[in-house]
Amino acid sequence: MNVRVDYRASLSLVGTVVRYLSVPLFAPLVVSLYYGETVAPFVVAVLLAVVVGGGLERLDPDPDLGAREGFLMVALTWLAVACVGAVPYLIEAYGVPGVAPAARPGSSLARPANALFESMSGFTTTGATVVGDISFDGHTRGVLLWRQLTQWLGGMGIVVLAVAILPELSVGGAQLMDAEAPGPGIEKLTPRIAETARVLWGAYVGFTALEITLLYGMHVVGPAVGLPGLAPNMTLYNAVAHGLTTMPTGGFSPEARSIEAFSAAVQWVIIPFMVAAGTNFALFWHALTGDPRRLWRDGEFRFYLGVMAALTAVLATLLVSGSGFVDAAPAGGTYDAEYLRTWSERVGGSLEPAVRHALFQVVSIVTTTGYASTDFNAWSQASQYALLFAMFVGGSAGSTGGAVKMVRWLVIVKAIRRELFTTGHPQAVRPVRLNGRAVDERAVRGIFAFTLLYVVLFFVGAFLLLLDGARVGGEQSVYEVMSAAASTLGNVGPGFGVVGPMGSYRSFSAAGKLLMVVLMWLGRLEILPVLVCLTPEYWRR
Amino acid sequence: MRVLIIGAGQVGESIAADLDDSHDVVIVESDPSRCEELTYRLDVLTVSGDGTAISTLEEAGIHEADMVIATTDDDETNIVACSTAKATCQAFTIARIKNTEFLNTWQRSGTAFGIDFMVCTNLLTAESIVRLIGLPAARDVDPFADGRVQMAEFEVGEDSPIADQTVSEADRFDSLTFAALLRDDDVVIPRGETPIDVGDRVVVIGSPESVREFAADVAPHEHVGTNEEVVVVGGSEIGYHTARLLEERGFDPRLVERDPDRARSLAEELPGTVVMESDATDVGFLEREHVGEADVLVAALDSDEKNLLSCLLAKRLGVERTVAVVDQTAYVDLFETVGIDIGVSPRAVVAEEITRFTREGRAENVAIIESDRAEVIEIEIDADSALANRSIQESIADLPEGLVIGAITRGDSLVVPRGETVVEPGDRVVVFADADVADEVTPRL
Repeated sequence: MNVRVDYRASLSLVGTVVRYLSVPLFAPLVVSLYYGETVAPFVVAVLLAVVVGGGLERLDPDPDLGAREGFLMVALTWLAVACVGAVPYLIEAYGVPGVAPAARPGSSLARPANALFESMSGFTTTGATVVGDISFDGHTRGVLLWRQLTQWLGGMGIVVLAVAILPELSVGGAQLMDAEAPGPGIEKLTPRIAETARVLWGAYVGFTALEITLLYGMHVVGPAVGLPGLAPNMTLYNAVAHGLTTMPTGGFSPEARSIEAFSAAVQWVIIPFMVAAGTNFALFWHALTGDPRRLWRDGEFRFYLGVMAALTAVLATLLVSGSGFVDAAPAGGTYDAEYLRTWSERVGGSLEPAVRHALFQVVSIVTTTGYASTDFNAWSQASQYALLFAMFVGGSAGSTGGAVKMVRWLVIVKAIRRELFTTGHPQAVRPVRLNGRAVDERAVRGIFAFTLLYVVLFFVGAFLLLLDGARVGGEQSVYEVMSAAASTLGNVGPGFGVVGPMGSYRSFSAAGKLLMVVLMWLGRLEILPVLVCLTPEYWRR
Repeated sequence: MRVLIIGAGQVGESIAADLDDSHDVVIVESDPSRCEELTYRLDVLTVSGDGTAISTLEEAGIHEADMVIATTDDDETNIVACSTAKATCQAFTIARIKNTEFLNTWQRSGTAFGIDFMVCTNLLTAESIVRLIGLPAARDVDPFADGRVQMAEFEVGEDSPIADQTVSEADRFDSLTFAALLRDDDVVIPRGETPIDVGDRVVVIGSPESVREFAADVAPHEHVGTNEEVVVVGGSEIGYHTARLLEERGFDPRLVERDPDRARSLAEELPGTVVMESDATDVGFLEREHVGEADVLVAALDSDEKNLLSCLLAKRLGVERTVAVVDQTAYVDLFETVGIDIGVSPRAVVAEEITRFTREGRAENVAIIESDRAEVIEIEIDADSALANRSIQESIADLPEGLVIGAITRGDSLVVPRGETVVEPGDRVVVFADADVADEVTPRL
């Protein structure tokens, strides 16, 4: 076969990105030094990133990216970065023979499939975890911070970051960002694509810093103003750790009980940041540089808020009426009868907790963050089903959220309305309008195709997971497996049952985990950039 | 006055024909055979050549020209021709434009491109169609004094309540003047006791509200307002602007266009319009979409024949009023004879607009009634005017028959002209004048 894709150029740029990955690896290294932990996991990862990255770069010293090479480069970058990102987890469990002892021998990330799953889940901002013991006993502070940092790096996009920093990517940059950025098409905010990438990352860094300041500020100010219960456990480490995973809609937490571990005030503060993370970042730029009302005039933003408000209203009603919880706790679940009793008593019949938990869960799932302020496994079937539905909705285009995205659903809803109209008036010509502008018919078709592909992929993924479960005699129910497939493909994080917000994906086989790694990879890059590299036509001619 | 017309297409020719008896007209045209043809047909001088080339313009005597009218079919050519003219002489430049984007640019500064006056054919035509739709039963509507005064022409039908009344019986509105009755080929200046016959056309001048109320009097069964159902047939530029202006005024028009790509781009431009892709003469389609139940149908297709056909079809299906765009001005009468309610000629509209600037004296706004049978003129009165500082009774007695003072605006307010009203310098007067006396009277006012 005659290969017409200049894969050397793609690999060379993948190498550049991998080499630069060594820079953020110094952050957890410094943290480990501070807490007196072993720095071996990060030193090895840094060396590996530099050697592998440098090696790949030598394939083509002067890479020239075309349209096709761009897809390959983006797809492979995410795979390569996830592989390098898994190294600290493995070294932490095994150590370096003869040089450094294992810091946490026998940790749940000791198997390569587990480490890769955790790393891919991090970079794709999924937030699904296979860690059994999320605590400083189970893992070093450095490794847990690295877990948070992978999400922050993946959130706004590794390639977008690369475009912002690396001058050699400025020409093909728009196409690269297009392949990586969530939603159909990117919006160039400035004439230079690198400038646009910097604007997006600037807003992202700004929001992250603001959240960290607020969270830690509450911890510091709380006792001083006579409110010791404001944020007692939101230490600087926790503030940074959660700041790093809110804006990328990640969902990892160094707390085993996620956001349930924190006070109501902290939960309220995190909600608006999740909402912001699921909003198109270009809108913030427009709001800041020009007309703030543009935010509200944007059709997708209004749809986004409307969907979340409607789902919250439904769930809050269920919870406050007391019918939002299961009748009895199952044996061996992630919660016990005592937990169920205290929660249903606390939330049922009182408005604030019901609204807070409904809103928190809805925002967390719709934006695909994946935090939980309560174990929603204890919620009734109808409530859980509303959340399963929310998993397919996703954040806005140009946000850090995953899944199908608001703008696609909005276009689909409008196209269906148009279909109903033209059935009665076959000759009517009626463009689908978004923010007053007509959407190109090719784009509408592309949106339908993507959404259908997404749903098909979800069913195929769930089916393969069930087959694998049958092979190894797994105990997951169909419902749990379907939620796992929807959650990983949509980069949400938690599912239901064993994979619930306080549970983990450990019970799947290694093959099942690798399949979910692929689902997360596909979901983050919105399927097509990865899938297109697998077609023969892509490689020929 | 020496007028230079660049481009002797249909519009250029009709403007030249309008002007050749009272002005020195020079035509610049790129096609030599067309030049030769016009030399014999009109009393004009023709110069063959490129109207944007300075050498051609000098040959045509650009330095002596008082006015340059660029009316070729190409917007850019017209703009460049006017700019070139402005660079060499002080003549008043008029450009005919199709693309409204150029009009928008010109309106920003008023002197852009070196053009003193820009006439957008399609937009003007659409505006006059929309004015007609807003006023049921009206055959012609023109605004004066920045819209504070309206001139309208109505046909009195058999079932109209004002038929067989006298003028004083029908005139129940304070701020409305009956300017004329057009009866067969005569222009009748009405007195209080003049009877109104079936088939007469009444020309009234007054405030827009009173004109609207009078419209309801003439044809009480036709409802006025934005709930009228309007169907525009043909997505030409005129059709597009008509739909757009109707949208702006709160109507929900439907537009039928045959070409799929054009239909798509129209649908993108017109969010408030239902655009349909179909042949407008497809009876099956018209029935399926219940076009027959529409109140007004505007035919703006690319040929007169198609417009005639689709209007006749629409009438047959039960549309109350049909408006046809008629390219050949001479056919307007023919259209109205065979049953189309109103024929609008873009060229007549443009000619009317351009005529404003070829008047000597202070005439500022002109409406031409029934292909030149009469004119309605807006004039700012100065101290030398025959009307100044006298009562209307006195001044009318001095002026020839066939003149009616329709309305007076003083500052921002509307003054209703009565016999004893004294006209002051600075007033703006809207005057109806029979074509026979118009040229004689206008300079004296």
